[in-house]
Amino acid sequence: MVGILEDKDRIFTNLYGLQDPGLEGAKARGCWNATREILQQGSGWIIDNMKASGLRGRGGAGFSTGLKWSFMPKEVGARPHYLVVNADESEPGTCKDREILRHDPHLLIEGCLIASFSMQAHAAYIYLRGEYVREREVLEAAVREAYEAKLIGKDNVHGWDFDLYVHHGAGAYICGEETALLESLEGKKGQPRLKPPFPAGAGLYGCPTTVNNVESIAVAGTILRRGAAWFAGIGRANNTGTKLMCVSGHVNRPCNVEEAMSIPLKQLLEEHCGGVRGGWGNLKAIIPGGSSVPMIPAEQCETALMDFDSLRELRSGLGTAAVIVMDKSTDLIRAIARLSYFYKHESCGQCTPCREGTGWMWRVMERMVRGEAEMSEIDLLLDVTTQVEGHTICALGDAAAWPIQGLFRHFRGEVEERITAYRRGRPHIQGHTLAAE
Amino acid sequence: MSSRRLSPDQPQSFAFQPETLEKAQWWMTKYPPERKQSAVIPVLWLVQKQEGWISEPALRAVADLLEMAVMRVLEVATFYTMFQLEPVGKAALIQVCGTTPCMLRGATELIALCEAELGPRDHLSGDGLFTWQEVECLGACCNAPMAQINDYYYEDLTPESLKAIIDAFRNGETPAPGSAIGRRSSEPAGGALTLTDPSLYDGSRALPITAIPNAKEPA
Repeated sequence: MVGILEDKDRIFTNLYGLQDPGLEGAKARGCWNATREILQQGSGWIIDNMKASGLRGRGGAGFSTGLKWSFMPKEVGARPHYLVVNADESEPGTCKDREILRHDPHLLIEGCLIASFSMQAHAAYIYLRGEYVREREVLEAAVREAYEAKLIGKDNVHGWDFDLYVHHGAGAYICGEETALLESLEGKKGQPRLKPPFPAGAGLYGCPTTVNNVESIAVAGTILRRGAAWFAGIGRANNTGTKLMCVSGHVNRPCNVEEAMSIPLKQLLEEHCGGVRGGWGNLKAIIPGGSSVPMIPAEQCETALMDFDSLRELRSGLGTAAVIVMDKSTDLIRAIARLSYFYKHESCGQCTPCREGTGWMWRVMERMVRGEAEMSEIDLLLDVTTQVEGHTICALGDAAAWPIQGLFRHFRGEVEERITAYRRGRPHIQGHTLAAE
Repeated sequence: MSSRRLSPDQPQSFAFQPETLEKAQWWMTKYPPERKQSAVIPVLWLVQKQEGWISEPALRAVADLLEMAVMRVLEVATFYTMFQLEPVGKAALIQVCGTTPCMLRGATELIALCEAELGPRDHLSGDGLFTWQEVECLGACCNAPMAQINDYYYEDLTPESLKAIIDAFRNGETPAPGSAIGRRSSEPAGGALTLTDPSLYDGSRALPITAIPNAKEPA
């Protein structure tokens, strides 16, 4: 057996699309089994069990899903409630929701029904990123099947009127931020809203709304069917359950895999992905949770566990569990400069520190790739990252700052060497690179 | 942020084709009647499917259809980078992912190939058949490097396989999307190591569940 998790405990049994993604296939794999009985237990019971399972949101922030559902108003007032599923998967390194959307769409649809019922929502929207055209076709077909089989819709077999709509974006990373996603769903530019009010108070169309990641919603049905204790029994305390992990970069066989939380990072890479290219000794650094979290160097990868707390202790994060592996051949400065370009490109332009700061950081990083910088600019750059971080409406500013901070935390010497190498044999006038900016 | 402007060369007019209009109306049914604006991204996308790009007269037509101010439609069209604001290649719009996970696995070579084969980025190629762009993470990182060509993903590319795909488009063919090295999806190359237990697929999971775990005591 590879890894820790056994096949019988995997939730996404059609992760690789080797089986039928349609309704018949999904039902044979246990989807839509006992959904009616689950709903009959009532919304309080569902939320309590989701809390007891210890499920933490799979979109990156890791907030308790059950707790989030409980923030919705208990009574429906004049405004309807909405569930919005965030399928705007665009964090570099992350490609897990895509497999759910195109291979196990019925788990997601079932989860939408359960979550909506528990929050007394009669309508839900699934917001896909625009580039996922094939995935949208499959999901639309699955939604149609569910309507035809009376699993959802008016007067369905589950006794809770529920409409599910598929919506799509058009290529904006920022729409993965929940309030930007709501703006986009309302037909506007995807610029994040100031909070409060939080979406549970005033979200889509000003109505109480909960926004959840695809994976958080898609696991709900199986958790309730098999019991909160089953899910809570996998992984470490406070980091429970199974998790889709996406491994990309310099491994021999990059892949998606559903594993137990808290699996050692080294075991994940060695057993599922055929190891690091050129052997474990060839490892240089890893970004463990999607591009927004700081990298960790090879020596920390020996002991790191793939969970929220272990990676937090290493001053990184689990994020979306998208592991980007970089071997010794990697130019780390270039790799991070490319991420800086990404954030510069994706900044929505609303807050000045981010709009101006991401571009500034990218330009300085590009000079550092060539070594064409002052030594003193390293500290200046780090100072600017702290001025962007925490000074913007949404977390994109933080996300742009952290990869750079991670680089300098562990590989500052490499940047200094590059600057020294560039200067060797060149006449140097203090301050000239700054003047050129 | 990315700064985008409408093309200086605009057509005189735009008209919805009946199929496009029908689809647009289907999209509009998804939102509350007083919230037609929600359909603006899908409708602009349909316009782009019809015309290949988004022109200024098209923006006005969409604004009329959705009862929006033209300015609001313009904002959306320029904010979202999937909307092409100039005509693109007739045979293929090639969008190579250049973000770090793809870069680590050779996107730089794909970009060099596109430049050599098709000329500068973001412009029509000499024969008018192609446009190529470098785009940000497309979310298929386990199958890097990859490119989106027209609507679909071409994954696990090498300069050679991408060249073959470009040549096929040039000859009027549409090569099958997916992995160029024969992977089904994002399983490890050479075959899945997990999800091999046959009991997952024998229907045993569809058997009636006698009791929901932690069920409440009947009242």
